[in-house]
Amino acid sequence: MIQRTPLADAVTYAILMAGFLLLIGPFLMIIAGASQSLQQVNSIPFSFLPQDQFLVNVQEAWRRGDLGTAMTNSLVMAIIVVLGKIALSAMTAFAIVFFRSPARHLFFWSVFITLMLPLEVRVVPTYAVAADLLAPVKSLLSLVSSVQISVEWNLLNSYAGLTLPLVATATGTFLYRQFFMTLPDELAEAARMDGSGPVRFFFDMLLPLSRTNMLALAAIMFVYAWNQYLWPLLMVTEPPYKTAMMSLRSLLPREDATPDWNVTLAGSLLIMIPPLIVVGILQRWFVRGLVSSDK
Amino acid sequence: MEKRAVFRSGWVPLAFALPQLVLILLFFYWPVAAVVDWAFTLEPPFGGPAAFVGFANFRDAFADPFYWDSVLVSLVFATVGALSAILIGLVLALAVDRHLPGTGLFRVIYILPFAVAGPAAGMAFRFILAPERGLAASLNALWPDVWNPAKYGDHALVLIIIIFVWKWSGYTFIFLLAGLQSVPRSLSEAAAMDGAGPFRRAVDVQIPLLAPTLFFLLVTMMTEGFVGSDTFGIVHAVTAGGPNRATELMVFRIVDEAFHGLNYSGASAQSIILIGLIMIFTFIQFRFIEKRVHYK
Repeated sequence: MIQRTPLADAVTYAILMAGFLLLIGPFLMIIAGASQSLQQVNSIPFSFLPQDQFLVNVQEAWRRGDLGTAMTNSLVMAIIVVLGKIALSAMTAFAIVFFRSPARHLFFWSVFITLMLPLEVRVVPTYAVAADLLAPVKSLLSLVSSVQISVEWNLLNSYAGLTLPLVATATGTFLYRQFFMTLPDELAEAARMDGSGPVRFFFDMLLPLSRTNMLALAAIMFVYAWNQYLWPLLMVTEPPYKTAMMSLRSLLPREDATPDWNVTLAGSLLIMIPPLIVVGILQRWFVRGLVSSDK
Repeated sequence: MEKRAVFRSGWVPLAFALPQLVLILLFFYWPVAAVVDWAFTLEPPFGGPAAFVGFANFRDAFADPFYWDSVLVSLVFATVGALSAILIGLVLALAVDRHLPGTGLFRVIYILPFAVAGPAAGMAFRFILAPERGLAASLNALWPDVWNPAKYGDHALVLIIIIFVWKWSGYTFIFLLAGLQSVPRSLSEAAAMDGAGPFRRAVDVQIPLLAPTLFFLLVTMMTEGFVGSDTFGIVHAVTAGGPNRATELMVFRIVDEAFHGLNYSGASAQSIILIGLIMIFTFIQFRFIEKRVHYK
């Protein structure tokens, strides 16, 4: 601190507290509401004091939203996306940075462009591909000949359908590329002198060295995958495959009775917790990943 | 920057890049090509191959007054949402960067809303800002209907903007704090020697040096507001486009048109318009705002 000015310090603390109320206040209100009884949650004015009904509400939300199934599915989905993203990003970045093949610029740009158009604007045809993986083949065939194939290979109601399209962008590739670029050239040279080929170099040197990157990417991708909403809504039509986000709607209070928002809030809270835990634990890497990845 | 020590090419780089290339071909490039194709064609109602119809799908979109409403609402949502999130993040970053005792904690917790999915936050805010209970109830008891997002379109728009801003303020905060911490301390010290107080230093020294970060955030947040996954999720979970279609953002309309209206051609045309809009905005931002941005 350069110089102490009591007034500015007081203003600073006031701002920080206002920020706290604004950003953390909603969490406090959710926790309070989730622990109250039906009557308490509907009373005016709202009481911020937590009560003792939390477990009751959680049980009701768990049952109503079928959260056991839904949260397991979201967890599996998030883990597949995290692992898939890390593996593919590291491999593609490796191919781009450490080889001088004529195709490297093609790789680079074809991957880079995927950052421009999020799933939401290409969701209709992406759905069509996932609903019939052979659709591209069929279209190409019908362009050049009159051969028709009627086989379908759809990914609806499967973990593959839930995850593959999410893995198919370049978010992590650039994080890895930047990291590989910062490594000294001598590293690869030394590996070569020791007689290790590129594949050994990748697995024995690069992957262990990139642990920081991996954690950053894992945190970001977990949050991204867990929080997916539109895509599961389209991909899943059968209850055994539904995700936590899809359970939100079934948690809404019914119209006919006194609205039991305490149960809704308890359910929403449960659904919020896994990514909060991941960000809480991997905070340092999460932030580093955000700042250095240019998203 | 090229690396000097590289391995010989051969099958290895191709094998390593292949899985990702196959995935993006299948789930990115093919769908993007299909969006363009479908936007200019129409399935005939009685079967047969899709017919090329030129710009007819675009004309249909523009002829619908509700479409223009959705463009306007998207503009307001993205602009107000982006600017508010950046402003809050900036104020908080400036405050945390003063390094007063005990403020390290705030740095750690401000990012938490970012971990919450837009729709999940949306459900909670439906309660928090419900007209008949929660925070707004006392206000509505004094002045009936002063706040009622289920009834008034502009209130509903304010509600979804609040959720967007809540979720993204911590994100802008992190970037701006990182930016502030890379500003050389000597600059602020020099300004302090010249008698500039904390407020003057923020306005005259720190904020101008943050310009590149602010610019980056403006582009990212505007894009997020227009096409971000949260944008669709918040609208879908909180207002479902209502009341009276007042919160039908462009991305919500595209999904609605495609999966409820089963109008793939119309939805594709609207996707192209949305992509075009984003490109225009990004271009304007680069052309006119970046000129005032001073990179180091």
